[in-house]
Parts: sequence; C-alpha cells; structure tokens
Amino acid sequence: MTNKTVLHAKHLASGAKMVDFYGWEMPINYGSQIEEHHAVRQSAGMFDVSHMTIVDIQGSDAKAFLRHLVINDVAKLTVAGKALYTGMLNKEGGVIDDLIIYFFSDTNYRLVVNSATREKDLAWMNKQARGFDLAITERPEFGMIAVQGPQAKAKVAELLTAEQIVAVDGMKPFFGVQVGDLFIATTGYTGEDGYEIIVPDSAAEDFWQKLLNVGVTPCGLGARDTLRLEAGMNLYGLDMDETVSPLAANMAWTISWEPSERNFIGREVLATQKAEGSQPKLVGLILTEKGVLRSHQVVVTEFGKGEITSGTFSPTLGHSIALARVPRSVKVGDTLEVEMRKKLVKVQVTKPSFVRNGKKVF
Amino acid sequence: MSNIPSELKYATSHEWIRNEGNGIVTVGITEHAQDLLGDMVFVELPDVGDNVTTGDDICVAESVKAASDIYAPVTGEVIEINEELEDAPELVNSDAFGGGWLFKIKMEDAGELESLLDAQGYANSIDED
Repeated sequence: MTNKTVLHAKHLASGAKMVDFYGWEMPINYGSQIEEHHAVRQSAGMFDVSHMTIVDIQGSDAKAFLRHLVINDVAKLTVAGKALYTGMLNKEGGVIDDLIIYFFSDTNYRLVVNSATREKDLAWMNKQARGFDLAITERPEFGMIAVQGPQAKAKVAELLTAEQIVAVDGMKPFFGVQVGDLFIATTGYTGEDGYEIIVPDSAAEDFWQKLLNVGVTPCGLGARDTLRLEAGMNLYGLDMDETVSPLAANMAWTISWEPSERNFIGREVLATQKAEGSQPKLVGLILTEKGVLRSHQVVVTEFGKGEITSGTFSPTLGHSIALARVPRSVKVGDTLEVEMRKKLVKVQVTKPSFVRNGKKVF
Repeated sequence: MSNIPSELKYATSHEWIRNEGNGIVTVGITEHAQDLLGDMVFVELPDVGDNVTTGDDICVAESVKAASDIYAPVTGEVIEINEELEDAPELVNSDAFGGGWLFKIKMEDAGELESLLDAQGYANSIDED
C-alpha cells in the first residue's frame, strides 16, 4: 500500500520522477536535482513534506510529559510560537527519532516527526504518556510545504493576506504562527532562509500552484538530501538511529542537562557516556579530488576505524562532502583516509557543517 | 519510454555503440541509463591507448546518486576519449547519444558488432529489468 500526499497530482503535472520513500510515493526530482539544489541556494525552491507526521500534544500535563520524553527541555520555551529541535531516546540512550517541538502554551504543543518512524514514534509516545493527563493527536488532514532560499520569504509574502504578512514580519528563526488557515514557521532543512508551511489538505494544491506561479522551483527529495547534507543536518536512519547515542550524532547541543533533577528518558545512560568520553563523534569530511563519498564507506584513522553515515556530491562546493562517525580523538583539520572503490583516498576533517546561506562555512 | 535510436547497437549493461566505419566505434550510455543514474557529477574515463576486452569495467560514471561501472562492449584499443566530460559531465544527461559520448574503440574484430543488441533487443532487455 503506497501513500500519496495531497500534492501527488501536482508533482506529476510538473514532470516529477516519483520514487517510493518509506511507503510514500514522493518526487525524487523534476528533471535535475542539481538545478533544483541551485534554485534553493540562489533563489527559492519548494518541497512537499506532507508525508511528515504532525502530532499535537494537549492537556494539563503536556509540559511535564515532554520534559520527560525528549532530551531538550521544553521549559526553555516561554514565548508562544517558539520551537526547538531535539531527540526522543529509548531507555538505552539510542535515538528513536529527531523532531521539532512548537510551543503554544504549557498545555499545547505541536510536534513534527519523521514519516518513516511514524508508527514507532506514536507507539512510544502513547506508552510513555500513561499516567499523564493529555491527548496525543495525529493531524493527517494537513499538507506541509517547505519554501526555502534567499528569495523564499519574499515569494511567499506575495501570497499572504495582510494579516499573515504582519504576523510573520520580522519573525525570528525557529518560530511558528497560525494565521488564517496557514501555520507558518521559520524552520527548514536546507541551511537557507525560508518557511515551512502547514496548510489544510483542501487548500494545499491551490497554494502549491500559487507558489509555482510566482516562480518558486519545485524540488524533490534528491535536492533535499544534498541541501541538508551541505547544511550539516542529520537524516534519521542514516546519521543516527535507535542504536546511536545523540552524543555520537552531533546532537549534544540538543540535550538540556540543567536542571539536574529533570529525569528525561535516557538521561542516566547519556550521563555515563559523557563522563566516560567513550562515544565516537560525528564530523564533516571533504574530498577535493574526484569521486563521491557514500554511506557506509570505512574511514581509516590513527585511532581506529570510523564510518561515513551520509555522503554526497555538493553542488554548491563542486566536490564531495560527508558526515562520518569517527573516534572522539579525531580533530578538525586532520587528514583521514576513506576506502572508496578498492582504494584509499585522503579526506579533510571539518565541523559537520559545510554551507549556510549560500556560502561555504569551513 | 525513453529514446532508443534504431541506428545504434546496444549492450544489456546500457552502453550504446555507434559504428563509425573502419573498425571504429563510439560508445556512450543510453538515455535510459542516465535517467536511472540521475545528475552526473564525475566521469572517470579510460586512457587513450588502453587495450580493453569485452566486459571489462573501464570507466566509471558517478552521479549524485551512485557510482556505476561502464563496460567495454567490444575488444580493442581506446583511441579517443571525450575530454569535454571533465568539465561538463552533465552532457551525459542532456545529450546521452550525442555530446555525452564517452570513448572510441578501434575494434580487434569488427565482426563483434553483430553480437550486440539492436534497438528492439535493447528495448526488450529494459522491459525485463
């Protein structure tokens, strides 16, 4: 059984090549994923992300529940609309999923989780919610469109009502606001300015068409992957999964250790790992000669072996980049070797971030 | 259905072969193959002067998605390579049967062309994929 998003017909109308993505029939590209990539870095592109799972958590215990469920602390969220990125762990300290949480009030939050992990996420949340007074409600009746790029906000503004323009004017990164029938958030997965917009199914096709009409380029999962990798953003299932600690996935910044009495799931395991300094770490790799680094290639270091978790060709930089999990003693600036097609090639270690706002950042 | 010119010969591994006469063939990958691979980012060509045998992996087409071996469709000597691909690998995508050609081989036995697929045979082999 293949799921189709509300925008499926629009993709076909734009000549998309469709692929199966964890049970969803999604566009991989509309001709050239590299041209789509450049559109986002240089102008504005849009992605159908309606397959992602929206979950509302509402009730008197919503805040207490989320403070237990995820490694970041939702108590830091005090301004309506503010969001945070974090991880949800199992008891062994492995990442069940990464997610964004929007705060509306202490009794009302919205979570956006991955589609491939939807069932296990919901099962885990429902299991952990026992004893808490709240409702966990999936919201499948919405589509979601990410509009990204230096011109994204200006293009979207052409389609908004006066009220919506006022509401989003000057909105800082990682905020979301519901105005009219749109939920507009300053989040994204590309390293560019832009919005992620949640729109009712009934209005989604029309909104997509209007974005096309103002010159926003439709972009598929191919460009989405090269963009997020250039931005150094993790992809669940490749860069981390249930067997990987957030400390080994460049997610330490999403853990709130204070206050020390907050007992989030996985805390004890993480505290031990941190004290031991035993976890590997996620770094960036760059290969300036020919060839493309790929997932699962072996990284050879003087401290032992590592593994590429995600690798690709960077259209912005013109050479290959990768995220790799390596021994903690490896340092930025080191030269390592990667086993590629039966030979060893030299790569440079960087921070796991390559391009932001169209510019090289290492 | 992608374009499969009837004047060319084909291998099941998605190379096309054009008979240039005098025992010389030009080789590239089909439109169908480039479509499967997606945007090309590097093409690692053989060296002029290489002696190759039918079925040898002699070239690598690397796209954003995957690295793919390209095989010698005939036995002979590589006499020319498409140096434009160094700076413009996307020619393989945009003009698979023309400007995106990969290399030329001087065949040891011109009769080998007969054993390659014709357009209909290649179309059938894709349908079986």
